[in-house]
Amino acid sequence: MELAKLIGRRAVQLLVVLIVVSFFTFLLIRLLPGDPTDAIIPFGTEEQKRLLREDLGLEKGFFEQYWDYVSGLAQGDLGHQYSSGRPVSDLVEQSLPISLQLMIYAQVIALLFALPLGVFAAYRAGTKSDRAINTTGFALLAVPNFVLALVLSYFIGAELKWLPTSGYAPGWLDPLFDPSRSPDIGDHIRYMLLPAITLAVGQIAIYMRLLRSDMIATLQENFITMAKAKGIPNRRILWRHALRPSSLTLLTVAGLNVGILIGGAIVVEVIYGIPGMGQKIGQAIFSREYVELQSYVVVIAVLFVLINFFVDFLYSVLDPRIRRARATT
Amino acid sequence: MPERPPETALVGEIESPEEQIVEESIEGGLLGQSAEIEAGAVIAGGEGRRRKAGLGFGAWLAIGWLVFIVLIAVLAKTGILTWGDPEESFGECARKGPFADEGTADGFLLGCDSNGRDMIPRLALGAWTSLLVATGAIVVGFVIGGLLGMLAGYFGGKQSRIGGVIAGAFVGAVFGIIIGGVIFAVAIGLGDVLAGVLGGVLGAALGGFAGWRKGDLDTYLTGIFNVMLSIPAIVLALSLTAFLLGSAEEAAQGGGLPPELVLIIAIGVVSIPLVGRIARASALSWAQRDFVLAARAQGAKHARIMVRELLPNVLPAMFSISLLGIAIAIVAEGTLAILGVGVRPPTPSWGNIIALDRGNLFKSPHIVFEASLLIFLTVLALNFLGDVVRSRFDVREGGI
Repeated sequence: MELAKLIGRRAVQLLVVLIVVSFFTFLLIRLLPGDPTDAIIPFGTEEQKRLLREDLGLEKGFFEQYWDYVSGLAQGDLGHQYSSGRPVSDLVEQSLPISLQLMIYAQVIALLFALPLGVFAAYRAGTKSDRAINTTGFALLAVPNFVLALVLSYFIGAELKWLPTSGYAPGWLDPLFDPSRSPDIGDHIRYMLLPAITLAVGQIAIYMRLLRSDMIATLQENFITMAKAKGIPNRRILWRHALRPSSLTLLTVAGLNVGILIGGAIVVEVIYGIPGMGQKIGQAIFSREYVELQSYVVVIAVLFVLINFFVDFLYSVLDPRIRRARATT
Repeated sequence: MPERPPETALVGEIESPEEQIVEESIEGGLLGQSAEIEAGAVIAGGEGRRRKAGLGFGAWLAIGWLVFIVLIAVLAKTGILTWGDPEESFGECARKGPFADEGTADGFLLGCDSNGRDMIPRLALGAWTSLLVATGAIVVGFVIGGLLGMLAGYFGGKQSRIGGVIAGAFVGAVFGIIIGGVIFAVAIGLGDVLAGVLGGVLGAALGGFAGWRKGDLDTYLTGIFNVMLSIPAIVLALSLTAFLLGSAEEAAQGGGLPPELVLIIAIGVVSIPLVGRIARASALSWAQRDFVLAARAQGAKHARIMVRELLPNVLPAMFSISLLGIAIAIVAEGTLAILGVGVRPPTPSWGNIIALDRGNLFKSPHIVFEASLLIFLTVLALNFLGDVVRSRFDVREGGI
């Protein structure tokens, strides 16, 4: 019952988001000065441009064009690039797995570091080592992604020459979307390591602080005192008893970040020359491919809502009772 | 939630977990700090016995840095103190600077960019642009988002016919224009304007009626915020900036909005739902306090309660959020500049100084790193100060 309501609410939300997002991106494009045919055939005659506009459906009324676009969307047609005529869905298929992989690596790295650090900081709350970890986390939060990307590519890429600073090799996820790309895992990891670390650093700071504060609250609980009284070693208490009830917020935020990172990785992808969604969005803006841009925005918004739904679902599975109980103590 | 005074945090409404989480993730780093204080209070054995020290060395350092940067920016903009012309080009100095491959240039302490322009005046004027954009955007976000959020929070769970009708009519009009417009134009074949107006009026009437019946301003506003939040912030800002800037040619002819204003609008709009939700949560918790009830019992109007009772309590929390917001907006300006939209050269901003010479990173790292360092220090100072303001505000709350 609960679940059905949740799904229903999310479906309505998805529909609303789709309508609003598609309409407003569409509206913005219409309001924009300039004619897309200028970009396709800059030296064409007026007659040629008029024919092309007719061809692209630009001579129709506003609502009719919008309807064409939305009904196309419903059938999975994301429109075509002006310049090359390629379907945008092809471009999405190419670039989305790249961004997804980058995001997954970033999350894994972030959690790998944040979990032990957060647990340790909470265990040693108020001591020098806790303060040191906290201060470092705080400083890391103030480093913008693009600054870190530039710093890492200068020192690790250019000075030490450990890792490449630009480029991409297909990984395990690309062939699923595009069978013609065979994975080259070694190269793939070498190219992805710096960008993934760049994205992970900010997350580490956030996750660590979240986990730490939740963990401190958990450690005040009676069942922890009980566990201590039973003589269970500290290590086991921390990892087996305290971590799980403390990790709900962390998991949820990590889940939500998945959505944020799909769009938020744009600047990192651009700096490291990774041909993911982010870079495609940047290029679309640069070359004024508005249909393409509009479709990317819609795709990301849909993904975002779907991921939020999944996180919501995960949350109800992970038993909110624990959280409520903690909130009232 | 951290922005909520501890003793009312649980008396108030119970939000859905998802809602809390979104706000927590927005807060990000702040959480740790406030939890630490709360945990500290628990250990000390009393709500009121919290540490009340001075601002502390770090906070003064942060204030000092911010004053310094603002001073430099203002001096550079007004031209009271000249460090040289930010647009003058010195050929012999191009790409030279500390740590650059081509060596340093005499007479230019921080070196020059790839066009041979002295970095010092450029960074100083860039500070002006970056701070102007960031502060302006946050002002936009706070005026609109804060107002909407306070309205939503104050009327949360209350009946408010007027508010409900206005919000309902607005939401109804938007959907009426979209859905009704499509139906009237495509299926019936009316003209665009007629179809849109007809759909909008019908939708507004329907929405207004629904608002009259249910009178739930909060639901509408929260819904609007949620829809806005469902587009990743940077993508929304990027699209808005790109669209508002229009074509490059038009800009060359002097048309269109000035890029600074476009950035202020774009980043400001993106911050509206974020600020709105925080303001809502804060207002919601205060609106349920007894003093609001007392004011209401004395016959105070809603507007008066909001201005005289709610606003003074919501403001301190909002102030600390605004410091964080400015930090985020500075980073946003830089991000947008690197992605190729934003302040146009020759006007420098910290972001476009980095963007212009990103290609020279390996040979002349000083150009990119000097601007990066300024961004980092300013963001750090703002974050830190925001944190301090927040925790001091919490401490004062504990005494009540």
